[in-house]
Amino acid sequence: MGRLNVSLCGIELDNPIIPASGTFGYGYEYADLYDINILGTFSFKGTTKDPRFGNPTPRIAECYSGMINAVGLQNPGVEKVVSEELPKLKKCFDKKVMANVGGFSVEEYVYTARMLDKEEQVGWIEVNISCPNVHGGGIAFGTSPENAAVITKAVKEAVRKPVIVKLSPNVTDIVAIAKAVEKAGADAISLINTMLGMRIDLKTKKPVIANKMGGFSGPAIFPVALRMVYQVANAVNIPVIGMGGVSSAEDVIEMMLAGATAVQIGAANLVDPYICKDIIEKLPQVMDKYNIDNLKDIIGEVK
Amino acid sequence: MKQGIFTIAENSALTSNVFRMKLVGDVSDITTSGQFINIKLDGLYLRRPISVFDRDDDSVTVIYKVVGHGTEQMSTMKVGEKLDVLTGLGNGYDTSLCKEHAVLLGGGVGVPPLYMLAKTLINEGKKVSVVLGFNTKEEIFCEEDFKALGADVKVTTVDGSYGIKGFVTDALPESYDHFFTCGPEPMLKAVYRATDTSGQMSFEERMGCGFGACMGCSCKTLTGYKRICKDGPVMLKEEILWED
Repeated sequence: MGRLNVSLCGIELDNPIIPASGTFGYGYEYADLYDINILGTFSFKGTTKDPRFGNPTPRIAECYSGMINAVGLQNPGVEKVVSEELPKLKKCFDKKVMANVGGFSVEEYVYTARMLDKEEQVGWIEVNISCPNVHGGGIAFGTSPENAAVITKAVKEAVRKPVIVKLSPNVTDIVAIAKAVEKAGADAISLINTMLGMRIDLKTKKPVIANKMGGFSGPAIFPVALRMVYQVANAVNIPVIGMGGVSSAEDVIEMMLAGATAVQIGAANLVDPYICKDIIEKLPQVMDKYNIDNLKDIIGEVK
Repeated sequence: MKQGIFTIAENSALTSNVFRMKLVGDVSDITTSGQFINIKLDGLYLRRPISVFDRDDDSVTVIYKVVGHGTEQMSTMKVGEKLDVLTGLGNGYDTSLCKEHAVLLGGGVGVPPLYMLAKTLINEGKKVSVVLGFNTKEEIFCEEDFKALGADVKVTTVDGSYGIKGFVTDALPESYDHFFTCGPEPMLKAVYRATDTSGQMSFEERMGCGFGACMGCSCKTLTGYKRICKDGPVMLKEEILWED
């Protein structure tokens, strides 16, 4: 066991670094840049039952220390993910991948999760009940404890692999939702998805993003994410995966001290495509600096 | 794609708001005209994608217009300052699709990527006609660069203050077998309608990553969904689907 090892729902990770869904495609763009087998794992692009083009463009806006996206779950649909994307991934990634699942009804979530659960390459099912960019789906399920529990229970009953439920920060009481999905059978919780945001172009006096609003991510949201990870980790007994603006080895350690068992890295990949590799390489020296022998020992150290 | 640290060797004004910047560094991944680079700037989160004007063995030159915070910041940078740049992005133009005579149509800041393209076509022994479109005489840049390559160059201005009055489509040569174009979308649409040969068009969109990961710049084409940054920015005329 190395100093960076952590265990996530019974699967050992060489390190806690997991590129977040929507920022890493189905892996192979980054495999051209570095050996992605160095990652703990990664969460692939949010996949739905049917193919989706997503929202009209512009889908991206610059912000202070961050960005807004309103991609809207563009993906080729679960059948193509199974028949085309996963075989392509197999050539460059030997580890178990995290399958991110989106949907617009309980039936769709169950259908997609069940298809992906059968795939040997898939290690975990991450259920996205928090996408802020699609209407009538995603976040509609993630903003009430009752609805979040219904999806969690339905997916949990349909699959054999560990179910991770990805929560939205755009709620009044994140702890109530976390407790509801834990009670409904979730094996782990990941948070936070993006925060609902907006920018206006002064020249056109119109929203920068065609969808008007989108998900705000990047270093600007890190303190909010850290606070929510801390609150949730202290309220549930299942592992928590922390994310939201993580951009350095120091941020990773901070997230783990707050209670994260593993850490996802999102927007930073888009700006610096080598960031996850850099963080994995820097972690041992940053751990030395702060007298940390093993990462798993510091999970939730801050009470 | 490669990430590298580049040193500014030139950053000079061509017009009141158009600048030429030469960056010295590893340019080995810039393989085709029509590709772009993605520049990280202090204090700004997302990189700024800028098309390649030209490259040599150890430098890349871009020509950019000041349109926002990023390009404004670039315009104030000094020779010797360093920039973190991703190079070799996008598919670029395919010159093999032109047999003998190409027409290159550029509008405003759509002009720069056509320079390295013109150079490549001329090196391949093909005839190159260039039409550069601007709004007014004051906005014109790069006319002499194209002339120095030996291309047949025409300039159009919307207000008629220089060259031919009108749009690039008003100065199309009588015959050519393939067109290459880059410019604002209304111009691309006009070129699409005014030409009956095959051709290639370079598109622009707000990008997240610039290397195909985020799906921020997707568009619909007759051959499926494409990412402008990775599957483009150059699209074949035959695959373009205008949405409005």
